[in-house]
Amino acid sequence: MDEKLPKTHSRLNPDSPSIDSARIAEVAVGTTKRDIERRDKVFHVGDLSVAYNGKLALRGVSLDVYENTVTAFIGPSGCGKSTFIRCFNRMNDLILGATVDGEVAYHGKDLYARGVDPVEVRRRIGMVFQKPNPFPKSIYDNVAFGPRVLGQKKGLDELVEGSLRRAALWDEVKDRLKDGALGLSGGQQQRLCIARALATSPDVLLMDEPASALDPIATAAIEDLMHDLKREYTIVVVTHNMQQAARVADMTAFFSVEVHEDGKGRNGILVEYDATTKMFTQPSDKRTEDYVTGRFG
Amino acid sequence: MSRKVKGRIFVGAMVFCLAVSFGTLGWLLVTTFIDGIPGLTGKLFTDPPSTQPEEAGARPAILATIYLAVLLLMMTVPIGVATAIYLEEYAHKERWYNRLLELNIQNLAAVPAIVYGILGLAFVVRGPLGIGRVLLAGAIILTLVVLPTLIISSREAIRAVPDSIRQGGLALGATQWQVIWRQVLPASIPGIATGSILALSRAVGETAPLLLIGALQYVAFDPTVLGAFTALPVQIYTWIKFPNPGFQTLAAAAIIVLLAIVLTMNAIAIFLRNRFRQTW
Repeated sequence: MDEKLPKTHSRLNPDSPSIDSARIAEVAVGTTKRDIERRDKVFHVGDLSVAYNGKLALRGVSLDVYENTVTAFIGPSGCGKSTFIRCFNRMNDLILGATVDGEVAYHGKDLYARGVDPVEVRRRIGMVFQKPNPFPKSIYDNVAFGPRVLGQKKGLDELVEGSLRRAALWDEVKDRLKDGALGLSGGQQQRLCIARALATSPDVLLMDEPASALDPIATAAIEDLMHDLKREYTIVVVTHNMQQAARVADMTAFFSVEVHEDGKGRNGILVEYDATTKMFTQPSDKRTEDYVTGRFG
Repeated sequence: MSRKVKGRIFVGAMVFCLAVSFGTLGWLLVTTFIDGIPGLTGKLFTDPPSTQPEEAGARPAILATIYLAVLLLMMTVPIGVATAIYLEEYAHKERWYNRLLELNIQNLAAVPAIVYGILGLAFVVRGPLGIGRVLLAGAIILTLVVLPTLIISSREAIRAVPDSIRQGGLALGATQWQVIWRQVLPASIPGIATGSILALSRAVGETAPLLLIGALQYVAFDPTVLGAFTALPVQIYTWIKFPNPGFQTLAAAAIIVLLAIVLTMNAIAIFLRNRFRQTW
C-alpha cells in the first residue's frame, strides 16, 4: 500500500523534520505563472473527462497543481468544478455510474492506476465540504476520528490540540472539547471540519465551496486560515465567489459550460488556467474576461 | 350551509372517531381490570396451571414468554440490522435481485402471522429442521413474523443518517465498514432500538402461529429452550375456553400481565426515541 503512493512526512508528528518556513516564500502579489511553475507539482491532470451514466459532465481537462499554493476553480454552476475537485481524492468513485477517464497523477503516481486504494488516497488528500458536516460526537472525537480509524491510539491529545490550533479553533474550544460538535456555530463547525481533515496529516486539502454556507465574518476567518495553511499544505478550492478566488488563490482555473452541437447535451470544460492576478486583470480568453467582469454567469 | 358550520361538522366527526377508538380501548381496559384484579395474586406468578382455578398460576407461560422475547431479540436484531445495512449501504439499487429482495420484504411484512405458523410447522417443527414442538421453534417462527417489520424500520433509521456524514468519514480515509460501524450505526441506534422493541411487543402478543405449531395448552413445568412450552397469549386462550368462572378471572389477570409487559416495552421504546433523538 505505502509503496503505491509516495511518502510524505507527517507534519503533526513531532519526530519528523519540521518544514523550514523560510524556504517557502509567500506568493507575492503579481506573481506570474512562471514563478509558480518552478514549484513541485502535486497534481498533474491530463485530458481528464468525467461522465455520469454515460453522459459527459466534464471534458478534456489538463492542468497542474503546485505545492504550497492555493489553486481556485471558478465558473458558473454546472461547469463541473465540483465534479473536478472530487477526482483528486476519488470521491467520484462513490457515485453510482460515474466514470473517470484520463490521468490524475499525485506526485507522479496515477491515482486511478490499478491497485491504488481509494481509502489510502483519501487519507493523504483531505477534503472539506460545502456544508459543515461534523459528526454528531464531541469536538475531540471529531478530530480524533481520522487518526483512530487508521489505528492510532497514543498521542491523540497532542494531535487533537495541534490540529485545532492549525485550524485556528483551539482557543475557542479548548475548555469544551468533550461538548457536542453540533453545538458550535457554522463557522466554527467548518473550522472543526478543517481540523478534522488536518488530523490525518494530509499534504493536500481540497475545499469544495467551504465558505458558501457561512456569514461574511466566518468566511473571512476561513480565508485567513487558507492563507496560513498554504505554508504547509497545498490547497485546492472550488468557489463560486470570484472575489474569494481573487483574495486567496495563487492560481485560478476558469471552467465554463460547452453546449453540444445538437443543442441537447452540455458539459464542463476548462477555459483558462493562469496566475490569479493575470486571470483577473488581463485574461487571454474572451469568456474568462466576460465572466470576471460580470458580463456572464 | 356556511363554511364555518361545515368546519365544525368536520371537527365533530373527527372527535367522534377518536372517541370510538379511545372508548373501545377504555372499555376493554376497564372490564379487564374489573375481572382480573381478584386474579392478580402471587400464585399467578409462582404456580403452574391446575385443573382447580384456586390452585392455578401462569408461571410456565410467563417464563416462556420472557424466554421467547429474549430468543427473539437475539435472532431478529442481528439478522434484521445486517439485512438493513446491506440494503441501504451496499446494495446496488438498480440490480434486479436487490429490487426483488426489497419488494419481497415489503410483501412479507403484510403476510398474516398464521401463514408463518403454517410455514413453521412444515419447515421448523417437522420437515428440514424438524426440531419438534419446542420453545425454540416458536421463537424461530415469531422471528420470521417480525423480521420484515424490523428490517423496514431499521432501514428507515439508517436512511435518516445524512449522506454528508458518510462522505465526511470516507474523505478522512475511513473504510466503508468503519464509516458504518463508527458513524452510521451509532447514529441510527435509537431508531433501530425503537423498531426492535415495537416488533418484539407485537411478537409477544402473537397467538395464532404458536397455536398452530402446537404450543401446549397445559404445561406444569418451567420451560426450556428445547422443551415443550406454552406462552401467555396461549395460556389466556386456553383459560377463556373453560366454563368455570374462576378461569375467566385468571384469564383476565393474565391479560393484565401481558398488557403490562407490552406497555413497558413500548414505554422503553418511546424513552429511547426521545432520549437519543438526533437533530442534524
